[in-house]
Amino acid sequence: MPVRPTGALGKGLLGIYLTALVLLPVAALLAKSSSGGTSAFWRAISSPEAVAAIKLTLIATAIVVVVNAVFGTLIAWMLVRDEFRGKGVVNSMIDLPFALPTIVAGVVLLALYGKDSPVGVNVAFTRVAVGVALLFVTLPFVVRSVQPVLHELDLSMEEAAASLGARSGTVLRRIVLPSLAPAIISGVALSFARAVGEFGSLVLITGNLPFKTEVGSVYIFGQIENDSLPAAAAVSVVLLAAALVVLGVLSLASRRLSRHVQ
Amino acid sequence: MAIEVRNVGKRFGDFVALDDVSISVGDGALTALLGPSGSGKSTLLRIIAGLEAPDTGEVVIGGEDVTRAPARTRGVGFVFQHYAPFKHMTVHDNVAFGLSVRRRPKDEIGTRVKELLGLVRLDGLAERYPSQLSGGQLQRMALARALAVQPQVLLLDEPFGALDAQVRAELREWLRRLHDEIHVTTVFVTHDQEEAMEVAEQIVVMNDGRIEQTGSPRHLYESPANEFVMSFIGPVNRLGDAFLRPHDIQILPEADGTGTEALVVRVVHLGFEVRVELKLHDGRDIWAQVTREEAQQLELSEGQILTVRLPAPRVFSA
Amino acid sequence: MSNSGQNTVTISPAPSGRLAQSAAGDAERAAERAARARRLTVRTIALGYLALLLLAPVAMIFYRTFEHGLAPVWDAIAAPNAQHAFWLSLEVVAIAVPLNTAFGIGMALLLERGHFRGKGLLGLLIDLPFAISPVVVGLSLVLVYGKTGWFGDWLSEQGIQIIFSVPGIVLATAFVSLPFVVRETIPVLRELGTDAEQAAETLGASGWQTFWRVTLPGIRWGVVYGVVLTTARALGEFGAVSIVSGRIEGQTQTLPLYVQDRFENFDSTGAYTAAVVLALLAMATLLLMNLLTRRTRGRMAT
Repeated sequence: MPVRPTGALGKGLLGIYLTALVLLPVAALLAKSSSGGTSAFWRAISSPEAVAAIKLTLIATAIVVVVNAVFGTLIAWMLVRDEFRGKGVVNSMIDLPFALPTIVAGVVLLALYGKDSPVGVNVAFTRVAVGVALLFVTLPFVVRSVQPVLHELDLSMEEAAASLGARSGTVLRRIVLPSLAPAIISGVALSFARAVGEFGSLVLITGNLPFKTEVGSVYIFGQIENDSLPAAAAVSVVLLAAALVVLGVLSLASRRLSRHVQ
Repeated sequence: MAIEVRNVGKRFGDFVALDDVSISVGDGALTALLGPSGSGKSTLLRIIAGLEAPDTGEVVIGGEDVTRAPARTRGVGFVFQHYAPFKHMTVHDNVAFGLSVRRRPKDEIGTRVKELLGLVRLDGLAERYPSQLSGGQLQRMALARALAVQPQVLLLDEPFGALDAQVRAELREWLRRLHDEIHVTTVFVTHDQEEAMEVAEQIVVMNDGRIEQTGSPRHLYESPANEFVMSFIGPVNRLGDAFLRPHDIQILPEADGTGTEALVVRVVHLGFEVRVELKLHDGRDIWAQVTREEAQQLELSEGQILTVRLPAPRVFSA
Repeated sequence: MSNSGQNTVTISPAPSGRLAQSAAGDAERAAERAARARRLTVRTIALGYLALLLLAPVAMIFYRTFEHGLAPVWDAIAAPNAQHAFWLSLEVVAIAVPLNTAFGIGMALLLERGHFRGKGLLGLLIDLPFAISPVVVGLSLVLVYGKTGWFGDWLSEQGIQIIFSVPGIVLATAFVSLPFVVRETIPVLRELGTDAEQAAETLGASGWQTFWRVTLPGIRWGVVYGVVLTTARALGEFGAVSIVSGRIEGQTQTLPLYVQDRFENFDSTGAYTAAVVLALLAMATLLLMNLLTRRTRGRMAT
């Protein structure tokens, strides 16, 4: 018998909370975006500035998740297979982008890689800045996704392959990476969803220059400030749909792959 | 408190766990529900406890219809196969749980817990945590916990299944003695026929959601109602439709015209008993059970040809 | 191995003898060296990447904050708007986190122990905050609770102000930090199993008693970890709160909003000081996460 502190009352309260907090707002979003009919929707998302912003967001995100896939896996590898003093501290630091407010990340990246950069690197107001900020905020996802899988990976598989004469490059390619693929993919999916909507860290360092460094979320913000709510809602729906589609497709892929690997 | 189960049925989706099952457990009896996995014995036990509700039928405990009553009002003590300890509480608090839930005064609880820990021989371990106990100790704690609230009925679901053979044997005997001492109506579930035979006064043999036979261990062994019961309880030889008990097969020291010829294929010495695998004249394989002395007297060896007298076989009409 | 023309395979043993053994030894040592070289390469690349991306920025905040000495920092901390922002952030967290915790535990119980269809959809709804941009969160809340929103008229009639006021900030914060307690509680709930709860039931405990005395203690570390994650997320929320609060100085400005405000007003010490406070809170979070990792299931501790 399911044990729950409250029966119908509890379910009701949970339902109200979820509805008031998530369901209604999302419904309102969808409603607003289509409030002017499909033509208004289309116009809103095909305005040159909107298109530029969405394009920048998607392309930057795509590049960033690939970089994450590579470096995230490397970092996870180091954390699981390597031993050195201070590894525990490094392991804790991985979650920093998650714990740090995005605006602080932005301030800090600007201080480091902006106008008064102590290392002489100034990428403020450039597209590179978009990439750097996104790399920062999405750092933990692939690492944390791959770590437990790598940890559990049966070393005897690799040893068996080695005893059969496989060189370590081959072992990596044909044994290890396929086993990690589902985890990498699901980490990538989470990175994508996070990056596509990122706002706080970009607001300062990119300068939000339309057609140059303005990302989707900043564009939406602008539209809200200008009280063009239907347009803001329309572009919001596009970004949300992109995140959901990618999450859906990739988690399906990840699950299908892991069925074979298990 | 006597237990009456009348025409109980239970399905899980398409799977029929219990099909029109009725049993009677007398007040103070020690009964076993015996059967293979999937026979419905655990489901039946849980229905008696109130942890599952039957689709059809009634459950009556102590004359009261408790079919729709929740578990907490039935006054049943339940012991799980994997002990179900409250891991974050000490042994003392575990045993005291039922009493503290009823808001009994602290000193009353203290005395009762001490008494029970003595009964199950866990004194001195009151402040330990479950993670520090062995399997046998955990199960004894679980028993003390169940007994703390003076249940009318004690139900045990494969209580010794997760324990080592040695511990299992000890606890079996210990359960029997405990029952002698406190006389609570006890029903336990097991798939181990030896355990059922050794501990229970009455055995209910179940298979595929139905009751095959009910009776004392001796009765079931000597007068099985059907092939299932005969095969499940005690060792058996099957020759077509006929069933023979291995130790009823007599190995004659010399041919005397009344027996059949058989070839000794293998002799296995299992301590006090000896298992003799034989091949009959017509090619069929059976095995006989003899004592060590008999085996020595007959000088059994592989390849030997001797005469066996087969008992009257038991045949069950389909 | 040699394979003669027929269907037989002969296996010749590997060359033995002292010469062969030292050759095998050499090969082994070479392989070991190669493995070590690979490990060091990976370590260098990974640590280098992390240093550039994580370490340097964090070091920067502290440097920039205390660059001009301690006095400006004290002044910055004492500024009334800074004080207000700090306490407002804490207030919002103090409301949003317990709400999400209660929701999280209830939802976890429902999803894990309940029997009903649509669990997948419910799970999706709960995970939605991971896929929505904070800006979109703010927008959607305005569309429901704002003056021109769905409940706008009704709310003004009742005299309740949500948008541009603290309740709105709480809603936005709760929205973005919704999933954590649920996600962290479900696996520990699963691992706990139902046996102990059923035992409690047979011992006479009511639903509530079972929950408080058996279930909750059994899942507490998962819940605590979830609460830590929720708090971190709630404290740091920027985008959604930015839209929903109106960023009114001294009234609806949370600490992250205050950082941006100081920055835009060229008060770099003020901005960095507030940033340092948030960074310190973030590090405290990391510490807690690390300590709790060993207690919870399914998490990695090196």
